[in-house]
Amino acid sequence: MAEAVESPRVARGWSRGSPRPFGALAWALPPVVALALFFLYPLALVVRQSFRPDTGGTSLRPYADVFASEGFRHALWTTVWLAPASTAGCLVLGFLLALVIAFVPFPGAKAVARFIDVYLSFPSFLITLALLFVYGGTGIVGSFQFLTTPWGVLLAEVTYFTPFVMRPLLAAFAQLDTAQLEAAGSLGARAPRIVRQVILPEALPALAAGGSLVLVLCLNEFGIVLFTGAKGVTTLPTLVYGKAILESDYPGACAVAVVNVLISVGLYGLYRVVSRRAGA
Amino acid sequence: MLVHSRKARWAVWAVFLVLFLPLFALPLLVVLGASAATHWSGALPSGPTLDHYRAATRGEALQALTTSLVTAVAASLLALTAGTWAALAGAALTKRHRRVLDALFVLPVAVPSVVVGLAVLVAFSQPPLLLNGTRWIVITAHTVLVTAFAHQSVSAALTRLDPAYEQAAASLGARPARVLFRVRLPLLLPSLTAAAGLCFALSMGELSATMMLYPPDWTPLPVLVYAATDRGALFTGSAAAVVLMAATLLVLFAVSRVRTRASYR
Repeated sequence: MAEAVESPRVARGWSRGSPRPFGALAWALPPVVALALFFLYPLALVVRQSFRPDTGGTSLRPYADVFASEGFRHALWTTVWLAPASTAGCLVLGFLLALVIAFVPFPGAKAVARFIDVYLSFPSFLITLALLFVYGGTGIVGSFQFLTTPWGVLLAEVTYFTPFVMRPLLAAFAQLDTAQLEAAGSLGARAPRIVRQVILPEALPALAAGGSLVLVLCLNEFGIVLFTGAKGVTTLPTLVYGKAILESDYPGACAVAVVNVLISVGLYGLYRVVSRRAGA
Repeated sequence: MLVHSRKARWAVWAVFLVLFLPLFALPLLVVLGASAATHWSGALPSGPTLDHYRAATRGEALQALTTSLVTAVAASLLALTAGTWAALAGAALTKRHRRVLDALFVLPVAVPSVVVGLAVLVAFSQPPLLLNGTRWIVITAHTVLVTAFAHQSVSAALTRLDPAYEQAAASLGARPARVLFRVRLPLLLPSLTAAAGLCFALSMGELSATMMLYPPDWTPLPVLVYAATDRGALFTGSAAAVVLMAATLLVLFAVSRVRTRASYR
Protein backbone atom coordinates (compact mmCIF):
# COMPACT_ATOMS: atom_id res chain seq x y z
CA MET A 1 0.00 0.00 0.00
CA ALA A 2 2.85 2.33 0.85
CA GLU A 3 4.28 2.43 -2.68
CA ALA A 4 0.80 2.97 -4.07
CA VAL A 5 0.54 6.11 -1.94
CA GLU A 6 3.88 7.36 -3.20
CA SER A 7 3.03 6.98 -6.87
CA PRO A 8 1.61 10.12 -8.44
CA ARG A 9 -0.99 8.19 -10.42
CA VAL A 10 -2.91 7.42 -7.26
CA ALA A 11 -3.15 11.06 -6.33
CA ARG A 12 -6.87 11.15 -6.96
CA GLY A 13 -7.41 13.79 -4.35
CA TRP A 14 -9.46 15.91 -6.74
CA SER A 15 -12.43 13.61 -7.09
CA ARG A 16 -14.90 13.91 -4.27
CA GLY A 17 -15.27 11.05 -1.80
CA SER A 18 -11.94 9.63 -2.85
CA PRO A 19 -11.32 6.29 -1.17
CA ARG A 20 -7.61 7.12 -0.72
CA PRO A 21 -7.32 9.63 2.13
CA PHE A 22 -3.51 9.74 1.95
CA GLY A 23 -3.51 10.93 -1.64
CA ALA A 24 -5.99 13.63 -0.68
CA LEU A 25 -3.80 14.73 2.22
CA ALA A 26 -0.76 14.89 -0.07
CA TRP A 27 -2.63 17.20 -2.42
CA ALA A 28 -3.61 19.44 0.49
CA LEU A 29 0.03 19.77 1.52
CA PRO A 30 1.39 22.43 -0.92
CA PRO A 31 -1.10 25.20 -0.03
CA VAL A 32 -0.71 24.44 3.67
CA VAL A 33 3.10 24.62 3.37
CA ALA A 34 2.80 27.96 1.54
CA LEU A 35 0.46 29.30 4.23
CA ALA A 36 2.84 28.12 6.95
CA LEU A 37 5.84 29.76 5.29
CA PHE A 38 4.22 33.13 4.53
CA PHE A 39 1.75 33.47 7.40
CA LEU A 40 2.25 31.09 10.34
CA TYR A 41 6.06 31.34 10.47
CA PRO A 42 5.96 35.18 10.44
CA LEU A 43 3.33 35.12 13.20
CA ALA A 44 5.52 32.81 15.26
CA LEU A 45 8.41 35.23 14.83
CA VAL A 46 6.20 38.07 16.13
CA VAL A 47 5.45 36.03 19.25
CA ARG A 48 9.16 35.28 19.69
CA GLN A 49 10.14 38.92 19.26
CA SER A 50 7.56 39.98 21.85
CA PHE A 51 9.60 38.08 24.49
CA ARG A 52 12.90 39.64 23.46
CA PRO A 53 13.34 43.20 24.74
CA ASP A 54 15.94 45.45 23.14
CA THR A 55 18.08 45.11 26.25
CA GLY A 56 18.67 41.44 25.35
CA GLY A 57 17.73 38.09 26.81
CA THR A 58 14.30 36.52 27.02
CA SER A 59 11.80 38.05 29.40
CA LEU A 60 8.26 39.29 29.89
CA ARG A 61 9.59 42.84 30.01
CA PRO A 62 7.84 44.07 26.79
CA TYR A 63 4.48 42.85 28.12
CA ALA A 64 5.06 44.45 31.52
CA ASP A 65 5.99 47.76 29.87
CA VAL A 66 2.99 47.65 27.54
CA PHE A 67 0.45 46.75 30.21
CA ALA A 68 1.80 49.46 32.48
CA SER A 69 1.37 52.19 29.87
CA GLU A 70 -1.71 54.40 29.96
CA GLY A 71 -1.83 54.52 26.15
CA PHE A 72 -2.21 50.76 25.83
CA ARG A 73 -5.03 50.47 28.36
CA HIS A 74 -6.82 53.33 26.65
CA ALA A 75 -6.42 51.74 23.19
CA LEU A 76 -7.53 48.34 24.51
CA TRP A 77 -10.71 49.78 26.00
CA THR A 78 -11.50 51.84 22.88
CA THR A 79 -11.05 48.79 20.62
CA VAL A 80 -13.10 46.51 22.82
CA TRP A 81 -16.17 48.75 23.10
CA LEU A 82 -16.02 50.32 19.64
CA ALA A 83 -16.13 47.05 17.68
CA PRO A 84 -19.27 45.50 19.27
CA ALA A 85 -21.02 48.89 19.22
CA SER A 86 -20.29 49.31 15.49
CA THR A 87 -21.38 45.73 14.82
CA ALA A 88 -24.68 46.26 16.64
CA GLY A 89 -25.28 49.46 14.68
CA CYS A 90 -24.52 47.71 11.39
CA LEU A 91 -26.83 44.79 12.20
CA VAL A 92 -29.80 47.01 13.10
CA LEU A 93 -29.32 49.44 10.23
CA GLY A 94 -28.49 46.71 7.69
CA PHE A 95 -31.55 44.67 8.68
CA LEU A 96 -33.88 47.67 8.35
CA LEU A 97 -32.49 48.78 4.98
CA ALA A 98 -32.43 45.25 3.53
CA LEU A 99 -36.00 44.74 4.73
CA VAL A 100 -37.19 47.78 2.77
CA ILE A 101 -35.24 46.84 -0.37
CA ALA A 102 -36.53 43.26 -0.35
CA PHE A 103 -40.10 43.55 0.90
CA VAL A 104 -41.26 47.13 0.29
CA PRO A 105 -39.56 47.52 -3.09
CA PHE A 106 -39.61 50.91 -4.78
CA PRO A 107 -38.65 51.87 -8.32
CA GLY A 108 -34.85 51.72 -8.36
CA ALA A 109 -34.52 49.24 -5.47
CA LYS A 110 -32.51 46.95 -7.78
CA ALA A 111 -30.12 49.79 -8.56
CA VAL A 112 -29.68 50.43 -4.84
CA ALA A 113 -28.85 46.74 -4.29
CA ARG A 114 -26.25 46.94 -7.06
CA PHE A 115 -24.86 50.15 -5.56
CA ILE A 116 -24.32 48.21 -2.30
CA ASP A 117 -22.21 45.67 -4.22
CA VAL A 118 -20.08 48.44 -5.69
CA TYR A 119 -19.74 50.09 -2.30
CA LEU A 120 -18.11 46.94 -0.93
CA SER A 121 -15.21 47.28 -3.35
CA PHE A 122 -14.15 50.73 -2.08
CA PRO A 123 -11.47 51.17 0.60
CA SER A 124 -12.63 52.10 4.10
CA PHE A 125 -10.58 55.28 4.43
CA LEU A 126 -12.76 56.86 1.77
CA ILE A 127 -15.53 57.30 4.35
CA THR A 128 -13.24 59.12 6.77
CA LEU A 129 -11.93 61.24 3.92
CA ALA A 130 -15.50 62.31 3.14
CA LEU A 131 -16.30 62.91 6.81
CA LEU A 132 -13.23 65.16 7.01
CA PHE A 133 -15.00 67.49 4.60
CA VAL A 134 -18.34 67.22 6.40
CA TYR A 135 -17.15 67.63 9.99
CA GLY A 136 -13.55 68.79 9.57
CA GLY A 137 -12.05 72.19 10.34
CA THR A 138 -13.68 74.19 7.54
CA GLY A 139 -16.30 71.67 6.52
CA ILE A 140 -20.00 71.69 5.84
CA VAL A 141 -21.02 71.43 9.47
CA GLY A 142 -18.16 73.68 10.56
CA SER A 143 -15.26 73.38 12.95
CA PHE A 144 -16.83 70.78 15.13
CA GLN A 145 -14.30 68.39 16.66
CA PHE A 146 -16.61 65.42 16.20
CA LEU A 147 -14.24 63.31 14.10
CA THR A 148 -11.49 63.29 16.71
CA THR A 149 -13.79 61.54 19.20
CA PRO A 150 -14.60 57.81 19.17
CA TRP A 151 -18.12 58.72 18.03
CA GLY A 152 -16.76 59.92 14.71
CA VAL A 153 -14.99 56.58 14.25
CA LEU A 154 -18.20 54.78 15.25
CA LEU A 155 -20.19 56.69 12.61
CA ALA A 156 -17.58 55.93 9.94
CA GLU A 157 -17.44 52.23 10.85
CA VAL A 158 -21.23 51.85 10.82
CA THR A 159 -21.36 53.61 7.43
CA TYR A 160 -18.64 51.51 5.88
CA PHE A 161 -19.55 48.08 7.29
CA THR A 162 -23.38 48.12 7.02
CA PRO A 163 -23.27 46.90 3.37
CA PHE A 164 -21.31 43.85 4.59
CA VAL A 165 -24.42 42.89 6.58
CA MET A 166 -26.88 43.85 3.84
CA ARG A 167 -25.41 41.64 1.14
CA PRO A 168 -25.91 38.25 2.87
CA LEU A 169 -29.30 39.48 4.12
CA LEU A 170 -30.48 40.41 0.62
CA ALA A 171 -29.32 37.00 -0.63
CA ALA A 172 -31.28 35.29 2.17
CA PHE A 173 -34.39 37.40 1.55
CA ALA A 174 -34.30 36.55 -2.14
CA GLN A 175 -34.74 32.89 -1.23
CA LEU A 176 -37.61 33.51 1.18
CA ASP A 177 -40.94 32.29 -0.18
CA THR A 178 -43.26 35.31 -0.29
CA ALA A 179 -46.24 32.96 0.03
CA GLN A 180 -45.31 32.68 3.72
CA LEU A 181 -45.70 36.42 4.11
CA GLU A 182 -48.99 36.44 2.23
CA ALA A 183 -50.30 33.58 4.36
CA ALA A 184 -49.31 35.32 7.59
CA GLY A 185 -50.81 38.57 6.33
CA SER A 186 -54.08 36.96 5.26
CA LEU A 187 -54.37 35.35 8.70
CA GLY A 188 -54.34 38.84 10.20
CA ALA A 189 -50.69 39.32 11.23
CA ARG A 190 -49.54 42.90 10.86
CA ALA A 191 -46.20 43.96 9.44
CA PRO A 192 -44.19 44.13 12.72
CA ARG A 193 -45.39 40.66 13.68
CA ILE A 194 -44.55 39.21 10.25
CA VAL A 195 -41.06 40.71 10.52
CA ARG A 196 -40.56 39.30 13.99
CA GLN A 197 -42.02 35.84 13.53
CA VAL A 198 -41.47 35.01 9.86
CA ILE A 199 -38.65 37.10 8.42
CA LEU A 200 -36.31 37.38 11.42
CA PRO A 201 -35.97 33.60 12.00
CA GLU A 202 -35.15 33.13 8.32
CA ALA A 203 -32.61 35.95 8.45
CA LEU A 204 -30.71 34.71 11.53
CA PRO A 205 -28.01 32.71 9.67
CA ALA A 206 -27.30 35.64 7.37
CA LEU A 207 -27.24 38.04 10.33
CA ALA A 208 -24.82 35.75 12.17
CA ALA A 209 -22.54 35.42 9.17
CA GLY A 210 -22.54 39.14 8.40
CA GLY A 211 -22.23 40.09 12.06
CA SER A 212 -19.22 37.88 12.73
CA LEU A 213 -17.40 39.23 9.69
CA VAL A 214 -18.17 42.84 10.62
CA LEU A 215 -17.14 42.31 14.24
CA VAL A 216 -13.71 41.02 13.29
CA LEU A 217 -13.25 43.66 10.58
CA CYS A 218 -14.14 46.40 13.09
CA LEU A 219 -11.68 45.00 15.64
CA ASN A 220 -8.99 45.10 12.98
CA GLU A 221 -9.94 48.38 11.29
CA PHE A 222 -6.99 50.65 10.68
CA GLY A 223 -7.62 53.00 7.76
CA ILE A 224 -10.70 54.68 9.24
CA VAL A 225 -8.92 55.44 12.52
CA LEU A 226 -5.68 56.51 10.86
CA PHE A 227 -7.41 58.98 8.54
CA THR A 228 -9.18 60.84 11.36
CA GLY A 229 -5.70 62.09 12.22
CA ALA A 230 -6.84 62.19 15.81
CA LYS A 231 -4.44 61.76 18.67
CA GLY A 232 -7.49 61.18 20.91
CA VAL A 233 -8.59 57.90 19.32
CA THR A 234 -6.11 55.03 19.33
CA THR A 235 -7.10 51.42 18.80
CA LEU A 236 -4.84 48.40 19.06
CA PRO A 237 -4.02 48.29 15.32
CA THR A 238 -3.02 51.97 15.26
CA LEU A 239 -0.97 51.39 18.42
CA VAL A 240 0.91 48.55 16.69
CA TYR A 241 1.63 50.88 13.77
CA GLY A 242 2.70 53.73 16.04
CA LYS A 243 5.05 51.60 18.12
CA ALA A 244 6.64 49.78 15.17
CA ILE A 245 6.95 52.51 12.53
CA LEU A 246 6.93 55.79 14.45
CA GLU A 247 8.80 54.72 17.62
CA SER A 248 10.78 51.73 16.20
CA ASP A 249 9.92 49.80 19.38
CA TYR A 250 9.55 46.36 17.79
CA PRO A 251 9.30 44.22 20.97
CA GLY A 252 6.53 46.55 22.26
CA ALA A 253 4.71 46.49 18.91
CA CYS A 254 4.92 42.69 18.85
CA ALA A 255 3.52 42.46 22.39
CA VAL A 256 0.54 44.68 21.45
CA ALA A 257 0.12 42.63 18.25
CA VAL A 258 -0.05 39.37 20.24
CA VAL A 259 -2.75 40.83 22.51
CA ASN A 260 -4.65 42.11 19.47
CA VAL A 261 -4.49 38.74 17.69
CA LEU A 262 -5.66 36.90 20.82
CA ILE A 263 -8.68 39.21 21.18
CA SER A 264 -9.63 39.13 17.48
CA VAL A 265 -9.18 35.40 16.95
CA GLY A 266 -10.80 34.64 20.31
CA LEU A 267 -13.90 36.76 19.67
CA TYR A 268 -14.20 35.51 16.09
CA GLY A 269 -13.94 31.88 17.22
CA LEU A 270 -16.44 32.47 20.02
CA TYR A 271 -18.88 34.12 17.64
CA ARG A 272 -18.65 31.22 15.19
CA VAL A 273 -19.21 28.64 17.93
CA VAL A 274 -22.15 30.57 19.40
CA SER A 275 -23.83 31.17 16.06
CA ARG A 276 -23.42 27.49 15.16
CA ARG A 277 -25.02 26.52 18.49
CA ALA A 278 -27.86 28.95 17.84
CA GLY A 279 -28.66 26.90 14.77
CA ALA A 280 -27.42 29.55 12.44
CA MET B 1 -45.44 43.03 -0.34
CA LEU B 2 -45.16 43.58 3.39
CA VAL B 3 -46.83 46.97 3.73
CA HIS B 4 -50.17 47.29 1.99
CA SER B 5 -51.50 50.75 2.68
CA ARG B 6 -50.20 53.40 0.35
CA LYS B 7 -49.53 55.94 3.08
CA ALA B 8 -47.50 53.51 5.18
CA ARG B 9 -45.45 52.56 2.14
CA TRP B 10 -44.50 56.17 1.47
CA ALA B 11 -43.57 56.59 5.13
CA VAL B 12 -41.29 53.53 4.96
CA TRP B 13 -39.64 54.85 1.79
CA ALA B 14 -39.10 58.25 3.37
CA VAL B 15 -37.36 56.66 6.36
CA PHE B 16 -35.23 54.60 3.97
CA LEU B 17 -34.12 57.66 2.05
CA VAL B 18 -33.38 59.62 5.21
CA LEU B 19 -31.13 56.80 6.42
CA PHE B 20 -29.64 55.77 3.10
CA LEU B 21 -28.76 59.04 1.39
CA PRO B 22 -26.73 60.77 4.12
CA LEU B 23 -24.97 57.57 5.15
CA PHE B 24 -24.04 56.00 1.82
CA ALA B 25 -24.53 58.42 -1.04
CA LEU B 26 -23.21 61.53 0.70
CA PRO B 27 -19.64 60.29 1.37
CA LEU B 28 -19.12 59.39 -2.27
CA LEU B 29 -20.66 62.64 -3.50
CA VAL B 30 -18.52 64.65 -1.09
CA VAL B 31 -15.28 63.02 -2.27
CA LEU B 32 -16.34 63.44 -5.91
CA GLY B 33 -17.25 67.09 -5.36
CA ALA B 34 -14.09 67.89 -3.42
CA SER B 35 -11.86 66.31 -6.06
CA ALA B 36 -12.96 68.99 -8.54
CA ALA B 37 -12.98 72.01 -6.25
CA THR B 38 -10.53 74.43 -4.67
CA HIS B 39 -12.52 75.51 -1.59
CA TRP B 40 -15.17 74.02 0.61
CA SER B 41 -16.25 76.48 3.25
CA GLY B 42 -20.02 76.58 2.78
CA ALA B 43 -22.60 73.94 2.07
CA LEU B 44 -21.26 73.30 -1.42
CA PRO B 45 -17.73 73.12 -2.87
CA SER B 46 -16.58 76.15 -4.81
CA GLY B 47 -13.94 77.04 -7.39
CA PRO B 48 -14.33 74.23 -9.93
CA THR B 49 -10.98 72.99 -11.25
CA LEU B 50 -9.41 69.98 -12.90
CA ASP B 51 -5.95 70.70 -11.49
CA HIS B 52 -6.21 67.97 -8.85
CA TYR B 53 -6.99 65.41 -11.52
CA ARG B 54 -4.07 66.64 -13.59
CA ALA B 55 -1.84 66.15 -10.55
CA ALA B 56 -3.39 62.75 -9.81
CA THR B 57 -2.72 61.31 -13.26
CA ARG B 58 0.93 62.19 -13.75
CA GLY B 59 4.33 61.80 -12.12
CA GLU B 60 4.34 60.36 -8.64
CA ALA B 61 0.59 59.67 -8.57
CA LEU B 62 0.61 57.87 -11.92
CA GLN B 63 3.49 55.71 -10.72
CA ALA B 64 1.55 54.92 -7.54
CA LEU B 65 -1.45 53.88 -9.63
CA THR B 66 0.71 51.52 -11.72
CA THR B 67 2.24 50.17 -8.53
CA SER B 68 -1.22 49.49 -7.09
CA LEU B 69 -2.43 47.82 -10.28
CA VAL B 70 0.65 45.56 -10.60
CA THR B 71 0.50 44.63 -6.91
CA ALA B 72 -3.23 43.88 -7.03
CA VAL B 73 -3.02 41.77 -10.20
CA ALA B 74 -0.03 39.79 -8.91
CA ALA B 75 -1.55 39.28 -5.45
CA SER B 76 -4.95 38.22 -6.78
CA LEU B 77 -3.48 35.72 -9.25
CA LEU B 78 -1.25 34.18 -6.57
CA ALA B 79 -4.10 34.17 -4.02
CA LEU B 80 -6.53 32.67 -6.51
CA THR B 81 -4.09 29.85 -7.30
CA ALA B 82 -3.40 29.07 -3.65
CA GLY B 83 -7.01 29.50 -2.55
CA THR B 84 -8.46 27.37 -5.37
CA TRP B 85 -5.85 24.66 -4.83
CA ALA B 86 -6.65 24.59 -1.10
CA ALA B 87 -10.40 24.53 -1.74
CA LEU B 88 -10.15 21.71 -4.30
CA ALA B 89 -7.83 19.70 -2.05
CA GLY B 90 -10.08 20.40 0.92
CA ALA B 91 -13.15 19.06 -0.88
CA ALA B 92 -11.47 15.63 -1.15
CA LEU B 93 -10.52 15.45 2.52
CA THR B 94 -12.42 13.76 5.31
CA LYS B 95 -14.69 16.06 7.31
CA ARG B 96 -12.29 16.43 10.25
CA HIS B 97 -9.28 17.24 8.08
CA ARG B 98 -11.32 19.66 6.02
CA ARG B 99 -12.37 21.55 9.14
CA VAL B 100 -8.69 22.00 10.10
CA LEU B 101 -7.83 23.23 6.61
CA ASP B 102 -10.77 25.67 6.58
CA ALA B 103 -9.79 27.03 9.99
CA LEU B 104 -6.19 27.52 8.84
CA PHE B 105 -7.24 29.41 5.74
CA VAL B 106 -9.81 31.60 7.51
CA LEU B 107 -7.17 32.68 10.05
CA PRO B 108 -5.73 35.56 7.96
CA VAL B 109 -9.19 37.22 8.05
CA ALA B 110 -9.33 37.08 11.83
CA VAL B 111 -5.77 38.32 12.34
CA PRO B 112 -5.58 42.13 12.02
CA SER B 113 -3.96 43.13 8.73
CA VAL B 114 -1.62 45.51 10.58
CA VAL B 115 -0.30 42.46 12.44
CA VAL B 116 0.04 40.54 9.17
CA GLY B 117 2.10 43.47 7.90
CA LEU B 118 4.23 43.52 11.05
CA ALA B 119 4.73 39.72 10.89
CA VAL B 120 5.78 39.76 7.23
CA LEU B 121 8.10 42.68 7.97
CA VAL B 122 9.72 40.91 10.92
CA ALA B 123 10.02 37.55 9.11
CA PHE B 124 11.40 38.75 5.78
CA SER B 125 13.80 41.39 7.11
CA GLN B 126 16.14 38.59 8.16
CA PRO B 127 17.72 35.58 6.47
CA PRO B 128 16.92 33.07 4.99
CA LEU B 129 14.45 35.09 2.89
CA LEU B 130 15.37 38.78 2.65
CA LEU B 131 12.53 40.67 0.97
CA ASN B 132 12.50 43.92 2.94
CA GLY B 133 12.97 46.95 0.70
CA THR B 134 11.72 45.15 -2.43
CA ARG B 135 8.31 45.17 -4.05
CA TRP B 136 7.95 41.48 -3.23
CA ILE B 137 7.33 42.16 0.44
CA VAL B 138 4.24 44.24 -0.44
CA ILE B 139 2.98 41.60 -2.88
CA THR B 140 3.58 38.84 -0.30
CA ALA B 141 1.59 40.66 2.38
CA HIS B 142 -1.30 41.39 0.00
CA THR B 143 -1.36 37.77 -1.16
CA VAL B 144 -1.56 36.48 2.41
CA LEU B 145 -4.40 38.90 3.18
CA VAL B 146 -6.60 38.09 0.18
CA THR B 147 -5.98 34.32 -0.06
CA ALA B 148 -8.51 33.73 2.72
CA PHE B 149 -11.26 35.44 0.71
CA ALA B 150 -10.37 33.51 -2.45
CA HIS B 151 -10.42 30.22 -0.54
CA GLN B 152 -13.75 31.01 1.09
CA SER B 153 -15.60 31.91 -2.07
CA VAL B 154 -14.19 29.02 -4.12
CA SER B 155 -14.97 26.44 -1.43
CA ALA B 156 -18.49 27.84 -1.07
CA ALA B 157 -18.94 27.43 -4.84
CA LEU B 158 -17.53 23.87 -4.70
CA THR B 159 -20.21 22.74 -2.26
CA ARG B 160 -22.89 23.99 -4.67
CA LEU B 161 -21.34 22.15 -7.63
CA ASP B 162 -23.42 19.25 -8.93
CA PRO B 163 -21.21 16.13 -8.55
CA ALA B 164 -23.10 14.38 -11.38
CA TYR B 165 -20.94 16.06 -14.07
CA GLU B 166 -17.61 14.93 -12.73
CA GLN B 167 -18.98 11.47 -11.90
CA ALA B 168 -20.24 11.12 -15.47
CA ALA B 169 -16.87 12.22 -16.85
CA ALA B 170 -14.99 9.83 -14.55
CA SER B 171 -17.32 6.94 -15.37
CA LEU B 172 -16.60 7.52 -19.06
CA GLY B 173 -12.93 6.96 -18.27
CA ALA B 174 -11.60 10.49 -17.94
CA ARG B 175 -8.48 10.79 -15.81
CA PRO B 176 -8.65 12.97 -12.65
CA ALA B 177 -6.56 15.70 -14.30
CA ARG B 178 -8.88 15.75 -17.31
CA VAL B 179 -11.95 15.86 -15.08
CA LEU B 180 -10.38 18.79 -13.22
CA PHE B 181 -9.41 20.86 -16.24
CA ARG B 182 -12.29 20.03 -18.59
CA VAL B 183 -15.22 19.68 -16.17
CA ARG B 184 -14.70 21.12 -12.70
CA LEU B 185 -12.68 24.27 -13.43
CA PRO B 186 -14.94 25.38 -16.34
CA LEU B 187 -17.97 24.88 -14.09
CA LEU B 188 -16.23 26.92 -11.40
CA LEU B 189 -15.20 29.69 -13.78
CA PRO B 190 -17.95 32.18 -12.78
CA SER B 191 -17.02 31.84 -9.09
CA LEU B 192 -13.31 32.03 -9.93
CA THR B 193 -13.71 35.34 -11.74
CA ALA B 194 -15.92 36.65 -8.91
CA ALA B 195 -13.22 35.67 -6.41
CA ALA B 196 -10.56 37.30 -8.58
CA GLY B 197 -12.55 40.54 -8.63
CA LEU B 198 -12.97 40.48 -4.86
CA CYS B 199 -9.24 39.86 -4.30
CA PHE B 200 -8.33 42.63 -6.74
CA ALA B 201 -10.61 45.20 -5.08
CA LEU B 202 -9.36 44.30 -1.60
CA SER B 203 -5.73 44.57 -2.68
CA MET B 204 -6.30 47.90 -4.47
CA GLY B 205 -7.69 49.49 -1.28
CA GLU B 206 -5.30 47.80 1.15
CA LEU B 207 -3.72 50.35 3.47
CA SER B 208 -2.97 48.83 6.87
CA ALA B 209 -0.41 46.15 6.05
CA THR B 210 1.05 48.30 3.26
CA MET B 211 1.73 51.17 5.68
CA MET B 212 3.88 48.79 7.73
CA LEU B 213 6.21 47.66 4.98
CA TYR B 214 6.13 49.62 1.70
CA PRO B 215 9.59 50.51 0.36
CA PRO B 216 10.05 54.10 -0.91
CA ASP B 217 10.18 53.00 -4.57
CA TRP B 218 7.00 50.91 -4.39
CA THR B 219 4.30 53.23 -3.02
CA PRO B 220 0.73 52.08 -3.74
CA LEU B 221 -2.01 54.67 -4.32
CA PRO B 222 -3.79 54.37 -0.92
CA VAL B 223 -0.50 55.32 0.80
CA LEU B 224 -0.27 58.37 -1.46
CA VAL B 225 -3.86 59.36 -0.59
CA TYR B 226 -2.98 59.10 3.09
CA ALA B 227 0.22 61.13 2.64
CA ALA B 228 -1.76 63.89 0.87
CA THR B 229 -4.47 63.93 3.54
CA ASP B 230 -1.92 63.90 6.34
CA ARG B 231 -0.20 67.04 5.09
CA GLY B 232 -3.58 68.76 4.72
CA ALA B 233 -3.95 68.48 0.93
CA LEU B 234 -7.48 67.08 1.21
CA PHE B 235 -8.55 68.10 -2.32
CA THR B 236 -5.55 66.46 -4.01
CA GLY B 237 -6.12 63.40 -1.84
CA SER B 238 -9.76 63.24 -2.95
CA ALA B 239 -8.79 63.35 -6.63
CA ALA B 240 -6.30 60.50 -6.08
CA ALA B 241 -9.01 58.55 -4.23
CA VAL B 242 -11.42 59.05 -7.15
CA VAL B 243 -8.75 57.78 -9.55
CA LEU B 244 -8.30 54.74 -7.28
CA MET B 245 -12.04 54.03 -7.26
CA ALA B 246 -12.37 54.50 -11.01
CA ALA B 247 -9.46 52.13 -11.72
CA THR B 248 -10.92 49.50 -9.38
CA LEU B 249 -14.37 49.77 -10.94
CA LEU B 250 -12.99 49.57 -14.49
CA VAL B 251 -11.13 46.34 -13.75
CA LEU B 252 -14.13 44.88 -11.88
CA PHE B 253 -16.33 45.70 -14.86
CA ALA B 254 -13.89 43.97 -17.24
CA VAL B 255 -13.79 40.91 -14.94
CA SER B 256 -17.59 40.76 -14.80
CA ARG B 257 -17.69 40.74 -18.61
CA VAL B 258 -15.56 37.59 -18.53
CA ARG B 259 -18.04 36.09 -16.10
CA THR B 260 -21.11 36.71 -18.23
CA ARG B 261 -19.39 35.36 -21.35
CA ALA B 262 -18.39 32.23 -19.46
CA SER B 263 -21.88 31.56 -18.15
CA TYR B 264 -23.27 31.31 -21.70
CA ARG B 265 -21.20 28.23 -22.39
